[in-house]
This record gives sequence, C-alpha cells and structure tokens, in this order.
Amino acid sequence: MPKKVRKWEVFPGKNKFYCNGRIMMAKQSGIFYLTCSLIVVTSGLFFGFDCVYLAEHVTPAIPAIGVALFLFVMSTLFRTSFSDPGVIPRSTPDEAAEIEKQIEVPNTSSPGTYRPPPRTREVVVKGQVIKLKYCFTCKIFRPPRASHCSLCDNCVERFDHHCPWVGNCVGKRNYRYFYLFILSLSVLCIYIFACVLTHLILRAQNDNFLNAMKESPASIVEAIICFFSVWSIIGLAGFHTYLATSEQTTNEDIKGSFTAKRGQDNFNPYSKGSIIKNCMTVLCGPTAPSLLDRRGFVVPEVSQALVVQVSENPEKEHNSVNVRHEYYGSTNITNQKTNSTGMNTADDINNESKNVAKREMITYQTPDGTVNSKLPPNSGGGPPTCTGRKNHIWDMTLNQLNYMDIVIPITSENTESGTKGEKTVVSRGCSTEY
Amino acid sequence: MSEMENLAALPVNQCIKIFVQRDFTDGTAVKFQNKYPPELRGKIEESQFSQTLNTLNGLYAEAESLSSRTYCESCFACLTAYLAYLCMDTYYEKCLKKVNRYIEEQNKTVYVPRGVMLVDPVERGLRVLEICLLNETNHR
Ligand SMILES: [Zn+2]
Ligand SMILES: [Zn+2]
Repeated sequence: MPKKVRKWEVFPGKNKFYCNGRIMMAKQSGIFYLTCSLIVVTSGLFFGFDCVYLAEHVTPAIPAIGVALFLFVMSTLFRTSFSDPGVIPRSTPDEAAEIEKQIEVPNTSSPGTYRPPPRTREVVVKGQVIKLKYCFTCKIFRPPRASHCSLCDNCVERFDHHCPWVGNCVGKRNYRYFYLFILSLSVLCIYIFACVLTHLILRAQNDNFLNAMKESPASIVEAIICFFSVWSIIGLAGFHTYLATSEQTTNEDIKGSFTAKRGQDNFNPYSKGSIIKNCMTVLCGPTAPSLLDRRGFVVPEVSQALVVQVSENPEKEHNSVNVRHEYYGSTNITNQKTNSTGMNTADDINNESKNVAKREMITYQTPDGTVNSKLPPNSGGGPPTCTGRKNHIWDMTLNQLNYMDIVIPITSENTESGTKGEKTVVSRGCSTEY
Repeated sequence: MSEMENLAALPVNQCIKIFVQRDFTDGTAVKFQNKYPPELRGKIEESQFSQTLNTLNGLYAEAESLSSRTYCESCFACLTAYLAYLCMDTYYEKCLKKVNRYIEEQNKTVYVPRGVMLVDPVERGLRVLEICLLNETNHR
C-alpha cells in the first residue's frame, strides 16, 4: 500500500509546514527569527538583570507582570506566524471549468474581433458596488476584501498585508492576533524601558549615574533596543487601532478603496456602524476555522492515461467472457453483494472502489445465449467521453466517497426485462438506507 | 495500479455539477444565493430547495453572528493567551459541524433518493455550494 499523503504535502501555495501540517508559514521566514530573537534577548536580559534588582528593592510584582506580558506577546506572535491567515482553497477543476464557461459566453457574440474575456464581476455589497477580480492562479473570483499574496501564492480572505516580521500573511484568521501582538509588544516595550530607567535611577541614587551604568551594562543594551524600536511599534499600533475602529484593512487603506473619488459617494460597506462595534468584531468576533484541512488525507489521483486503460477494458473482456461471468455473477447477485463494512481510511477506499468498479461492470446473458459485459453508461458514457476527461477523485473527501457510488442505473437496451431501468443500489458504510 | 484504474469508473466524476455562488449583498459573511437552479426542475421542488438553502444560510448566520456567546469565548481565549484554542472547539466550528450533519441528513432523506447530492460547502472552501446530478453524464 502506498504511503498516505496528507493535504499539506500537496498544498499548491508557497508555504512551509511544520509538525505534520499543524504549523503553516511563508517560505521566507528569516526576519521572523530576527523578531523572535530580538524579543527573547531583550526580555531575557531584562529578567536576568533588572528584574532581580527591582524585585528586591521595589516589588516582586514587576517580574510577575513582565512574565505575563512576555508570554502574551510570544503566544500572539506564534499564533500570527503559525496559523493559516485565511487562505481560500483553490477551485476544483470542475468549478474552474464552470467559471471558464461563464466568462467565455459574452465573447462568442462578436466572433470577428477578439477581446480578452472580462475577468471581473460586479457585486453589490450593502448598496456599494464592488468589483471582484478573477484570480488566474486560484481560478476563482476573489470574494470581496480578498487579495492574492504573491509571496505565498495564495488568495487570502480579508487580506491585510504580508508581514515579513511575523513571517506570514496577515488576513482574516490572524489579524486579531497580529493586532494584539503589536499592541502587547508596544506595552512590553514601554514597560521594559520604564523598568530599566527606574533600575538605573535607583542605582544612581546610591552612586553616581556612570557607576550605575557600569554595574548593569545589560540595562543599557535593553534601553537602546527599546528606545529605537518603541517608536515604530507604537506608530504601527496606532495605525492598526485606526484601521480596527474603522474596519478597514491596510490593503484597502493604501488603495483608498473607501475614500470618495470623482464625486462618487464611497463608504465602507463592511463597517459595523460604530467604532466600538468594529473594535469588538476585530478583538472578539467569531473565529473562522481554517478551510484548508491541512491534515486531511489526499484521496489518490487517477491520471488521464489510466482512464484510457479503463475505457479499453470492455473490449478486452470479450475474450475472457466466461471467466468474468463466473467471477462477477449476474446483476441479481451483484445486488445482494452489498457489503457494509465500516471503512474510513484512504487505503480502504482503494479496495472499496475496486470492488465497486467490479460490481459496476455488468455481465449478463442475452436471450440468444451470448454473454456480454460492459460498463453502465453513466460512468462516462463509453470510451470517447471517458478519454477526454481527467479524473478528479482526489478532490473528494472521504465523506463524498460514501455517496459516490450509491446509485448506478442500468439503462442498457440489451438488459433482460426484469433488470431494465432498475437501480442497482450499492451501499457502503453508513449509507445502507438508500 | 490495477486498483487505481477502476476508480475511473466511479460515476460522480462525470456527473453534471451545479454551483450555487456566494451572496455578498449583506457583507462578507457566509451566505449562498437562494436562486433556484433550472437544472433541478423535475427533481427537486423549488420550495424544498429554497427551504434547504434558508436553513443553511441560517446556520451560517448563526456561526457568524456577534452573539454574547462568541464574545465570552473570545475573551476567555484571550485571557489564556489563546492557549485555550489548543484544546477546545470554537463556536464557529461547532456550527460548521451542525451544517455538515444537516447536509448529510438532507442528502439522505431528500436529495440522494431523487438523484441529487449536495456537497458540504466547507469541502469547497465555502466558495460554492456544489450540487451533483448523480444520474446525468457530462458530455463535454
Ligand atoms: Zn489567488
Ligand atoms: Zn503572504
């Protein structure tokens, strides 16, 4: 049996996965490690040198608050960096074909002049007309607020921006963590800076300031790091607070999507109405689950070549009709052979579908005594239709496979009167009732 | 290899599929267009289909609503520095499971006996609601 493949292993975007698909990051994550080490080193120096002195001379609450802040910062950072930002899974081939069909309709009306098919679609969101753009990579019309991240090669819902500092896109699913990360980081930064200053001043009271600096050189390093980073962090926190209160994304703000232009009245249709409501939605609104099912198993793909082989099978079978007849039995027996083994693994599906395919191959005896075997028409309508189409079973999940082969109508004209038009019901697992 | 060959004979791959698109008129919350696809004529009554879709949309609206329950859950998770999410299902996930059960039940009682099958939108990334016409071959 081949090794079971999880979906993250065949994920089409440019992402890195760790812990068997539990952790998802952008390919380039060098700056993320820099962020991590800056925070850890600064906090480490703070806990190692300043906290010891301050706990002794001021209050033990200082290291306690520091630890709580540090843990919150790290956990929100890891949440932002390691989670799915809200990637929209790429469309299935059938879905893409459907969209392709819809796009090409207006083009056929003017055969002489070739115009590229319109790749936008307009929707009205709360009275505001929003253009949806077609994504050539994901083969979908991007929903409102979604955008394609070129670094990760994914369409991300409510795309904010790609943040190299956290090594991930910031989107619908991790914006909250990102916002809380910058907010708590600016607090931590100010906190450390204030504590370090207190530490130095307390020491300077007993001695002069220069000696205090000599006694605790680590404090100087922390003070410098905090002093230079705190401005940009506070600025960013302020900017994102503004965005959160007005329910905008960085992407929309930069593009000026909701600013009035050319006399047109533009407003933000996604705003919940009030500043507080917008903030609450960002901070404690519903948490949408990941749509990627990264740890689910891939159902094996069947290549085009194999499909051709299958469609040739009925021809070959003619030479060994008797054997097959014994092997598969009549349609009636097929009906009774419904086995309902509880199956749930990918391996079982292979076996199971093998059985199903055999059942589907109908062998019957015509009145004049000749034995025929052929595939029922609904499984591709014979060789010509079969060969042209690629099979996409791998897009299906186990749940669907349960339904896949439930109804197999026998509509062949040669069929004996009793079985004509009758539906062979093949049940498996929980679907016995059908 | 011989096992994989036979997979190709399964019917769902070639069956006709209808896609019900998302409805964005009320914002980006998950909602599907409640427009009766003409392909279903003669299989499923219009009222039955719209009832199913209304229930589905209702379930999604519940998941996306800003209820006090969601607020409490999020605040609690925030207080635990989001470590609580490692060992608990969010309300949204519970709602999606409810949707899955509902679709399964509808398939069993209404749709599959009439040769139609609904696919849980979560398996299509909540982009579309896919409807398979099980007995019709796609000649393309
Ligand atoms: Zn895309
Ligand atoms: Zn990205």
